[in-house]
Amino acid sequence: MRRWLTLALLAAGPVLVVGVFFVLPVSGMVSRGFFADGAFDPGGVLEVLTRPRVARVAWFTVWSAAVATAVAVVLGLPAAFVLHRLALPGRRIVRAALLVPFVLPTVVVGVAFRLLLGEGGPLGFLGLDGTPVAIVAGLVFFNVAVVVRAVGAAWESLDTRPAEAAAALGAAPAQVWWTVTLPALRPAIVGAASVVFLFCATAFGIVLTLGGVHYATIETEIYLLTTTLFDLQAAAALSVLQIVVVVVLLGLAARLRSTPDATAGRTTARPRRVRSGDLPAIAVTVLVLVAVAAPIATLVVGSFRADDAWSLANYRALTGVGSNQALLAPVTDALVTSLRTAVDATWMALLMGLSVAVLVTRRSQTRTERRARGLLDGFFMLPLGVSAVTLGFGFLITLDQPPVDLRSSPLLVPIAQALVALPLVVRTLVPVLAGVDDRQRQAAASLGASPFRAMLTVDLPAAWKPLLAASGFAFAASLGEFGATSFLARDEHPTVPVVIFRLIGHPGELNYGMALAASVVLATATAVVMLAVERLRVPSVGAF
Amino acid sequence: MLRISALSTALLLALTGCSTIGGDDPEPTASDSGREVGGQVVLVTHDSFNLPKKLVRSFEQESGIDLVTRAAGDAGTLTAKLSLTKDDPTGDLAFGVDNTFASRPLDEGVFAAYAPTLPTGAEQYALDEGAGELTPIDVGNVCVNVDTTWFDDEGITPPQTLDDLADPTYRDLFVTPGASTSSPGMAFLLATIAEYGDEWPSYWQDLLANGTKVVDGWEDAYYGDFTQGGGKGTRPIVVSYDSSPAFTVKDGASSTAALLDTCFRQVEYAGVLSGAANPAGAEKVIDWLLSDEVQAALPTAMYVFPVSAAVEVPADWAEFAVQPTEPLSVSPADIAANREQWLSEWTDLVTR
Repeated sequence: MRRWLTLALLAAGPVLVVGVFFVLPVSGMVSRGFFADGAFDPGGVLEVLTRPRVARVAWFTVWSAAVATAVAVVLGLPAAFVLHRLALPGRRIVRAALLVPFVLPTVVVGVAFRLLLGEGGPLGFLGLDGTPVAIVAGLVFFNVAVVVRAVGAAWESLDTRPAEAAAALGAAPAQVWWTVTLPALRPAIVGAASVVFLFCATAFGIVLTLGGVHYATIETEIYLLTTTLFDLQAAAALSVLQIVVVVVLLGLAARLRSTPDATAGRTTARPRRVRSGDLPAIAVTVLVLVAVAAPIATLVVGSFRADDAWSLANYRALTGVGSNQALLAPVTDALVTSLRTAVDATWMALLMGLSVAVLVTRRSQTRTERRARGLLDGFFMLPLGVSAVTLGFGFLITLDQPPVDLRSSPLLVPIAQALVALPLVVRTLVPVLAGVDDRQRQAAASLGASPFRAMLTVDLPAAWKPLLAASGFAFAASLGEFGATSFLARDEHPTVPVVIFRLIGHPGELNYGMALAASVVLATATAVVMLAVERLRVPSVGAF
Repeated sequence: MLRISALSTALLLALTGCSTIGGDDPEPTASDSGREVGGQVVLVTHDSFNLPKKLVRSFEQESGIDLVTRAAGDAGTLTAKLSLTKDDPTGDLAFGVDNTFASRPLDEGVFAAYAPTLPTGAEQYALDEGAGELTPIDVGNVCVNVDTTWFDDEGITPPQTLDDLADPTYRDLFVTPGASTSSPGMAFLLATIAEYGDEWPSYWQDLLANGTKVVDGWEDAYYGDFTQGGGKGTRPIVVSYDSSPAFTVKDGASSTAALLDTCFRQVEYAGVLSGAANPAGAEKVIDWLLSDEVQAALPTAMYVFPVSAAVEVPADWAEFAVQPTEPLSVSPADIAANREQWLSEWTDLVTR
């Protein structure tokens, strides 16, 4: 009984938040579609699903996201190994830099990609502009960092002794990888892959920009149906379809993720020296870096060009309101707003994510209990897989009555961003906490430690690094978030991505240059914060 | 090492010291609205809304009104939002519903009656149906733009009309944003519908057969594909605005020009929301939007022309941004009735 009470208490906060800020708005919006013209009409919604266009859109969404996820995992694994386990110079900086794509606004990246792949670009001869290959490349560009970071964090806390033992017993490196390391990393890989899949399946701007108008996904279709056509019935149908797809996927992922044994060590493995056998992995990592750097390089170069010459004019313009008053406030103000919002979103996401992670990783005594924990785990992934348009409009029509009259609250933006960051935090922490041997906690308890003390001495040392990784992640996700923010942001205090969107939406060389410069500033700010986070240490808890 | 840890500490302090919650901004909350004398007025609008702070402040001082702007999304998002919240509006007045979207919210009774005296020249922009609720504030035309420098260099005469765009002389030179994903793209589709009537699909077939490139948004077309977009574009004909040539001025000459026979007019309206907490304040704000000060600020702040003929536009605009005298048009009611049909036909044509 007490176990259930603890479980309920831990779950109460996050469940309430997700319930009010996710379940309520989405169901409110979807029910508008079911009650077309005032009468309950589920048949009309089902009829929408039989349209051939819907099947085409759903199929494209699933396969493009699946391919992008597979590519991101295949490229991300070697990079995670190289950047987290090998003693390479400058690996921290590279790790921080890899998160940069994550915060770049899709409008800007879209233009950068098209400058590379377009008819006049250096890679124009490939003829990729407007093809599904370009879409997949764009999705991988944004998401490969998720794999590197989430898997890398787990890899760092992995106990190296089983692998060493296997090697000492004569196993070849490939054999060690296949029989020892890969199974231990599986929860982290599957977790990262499911997050990437959800990001890809709900990607919006990048699909439109890189695919031209030729390809539609469920997400872009919901946007079109809701805002341009105001066909709420069809939008509701697609939202339901999206939720079904996401739930099926999460079910699959949960099956694949189940942990074999306790594997997380108390200490972070020391990065080892490079051997000749590491060369293939290093080669793939270099490839990933070059591929990620190329579009960013076009941005950086563009930001230093003004009047056909090298110049800092675009950057100087950021502190003013622009010669055409294109902005209400200098971009520097927007950066402060962005950072403030990100701080709030990060602590909210960490607080919720930590309770959720602890909740779902505690050993269950009965089958029902295990099932309850599994359901909760999936529940908190949902916000990532559901249309931001549906959620945003849902906010407007459901959060207008006391006690949750929050439509104009400044907290709405950080809360929305925290919901997006929450799954990242959970998926980074869960593999590590699940890997902590429960007997260690029992031992601590039998030696008289309170549950809190046990957590501090047993869980925290293992989870410390991933916790840092998760907070960096949440921070970056919040800095770069555009969909929900643009929907909710208030004009007096726009965030940097909102400002960039406005700049690039107007003609004029200075506006374009400023948009690029602002993107570079946002990217640099992110990289600096990431580096600072990686430097944080609590020496006392790490050492035994 | 020491330097870096000091840096990170400083950063942390700076950040924790200024989160939104720790911030000192007096954020007005919804419950504040509806106070007497002037009081707070909430303006619901789209992302492109922008007026100089100085103007807003002096209006607030003179009128005693506390003007709060809530901007989000594009014109389509704004219109959907207004329709969805018509029973419990998120503000007192709305700005930014244009003639392509006006019909639906008017039919749904989103707006309350208010028809101020319009400044000279603005009557021509009033809606045929709905003039009692929606007040025209600004106007802009979506026109095909050409890179005149490119055509001079190549020794080719630039196109003039929509017909020309399907001419083999201009093969592979035209790029337009998609009608389903972009508001200027939709305006261009409407221009072709106004010009060719029911024959528009066959015109579009000719356009596509002539190598027209259809991209997602205006920024992709202009900055990604257009030769004057600052990037590495290869196409010298693009769908943009009548005001765009004023932004490509160098050494006293513009390198682009708008084709005035290809324009579709977009008028943006403001209206008091029915159920507004402060309708009197909202009416005052609409009067202010029509005032000479605001009208004169529109070109630089929002890249659109004022509806009032009484104010002067900036020098670059007067010289290089030419407004068409007889733009193409489709009535808001027609657009509302056929939008879905047109878009799905268009999508079928383009994605075939």
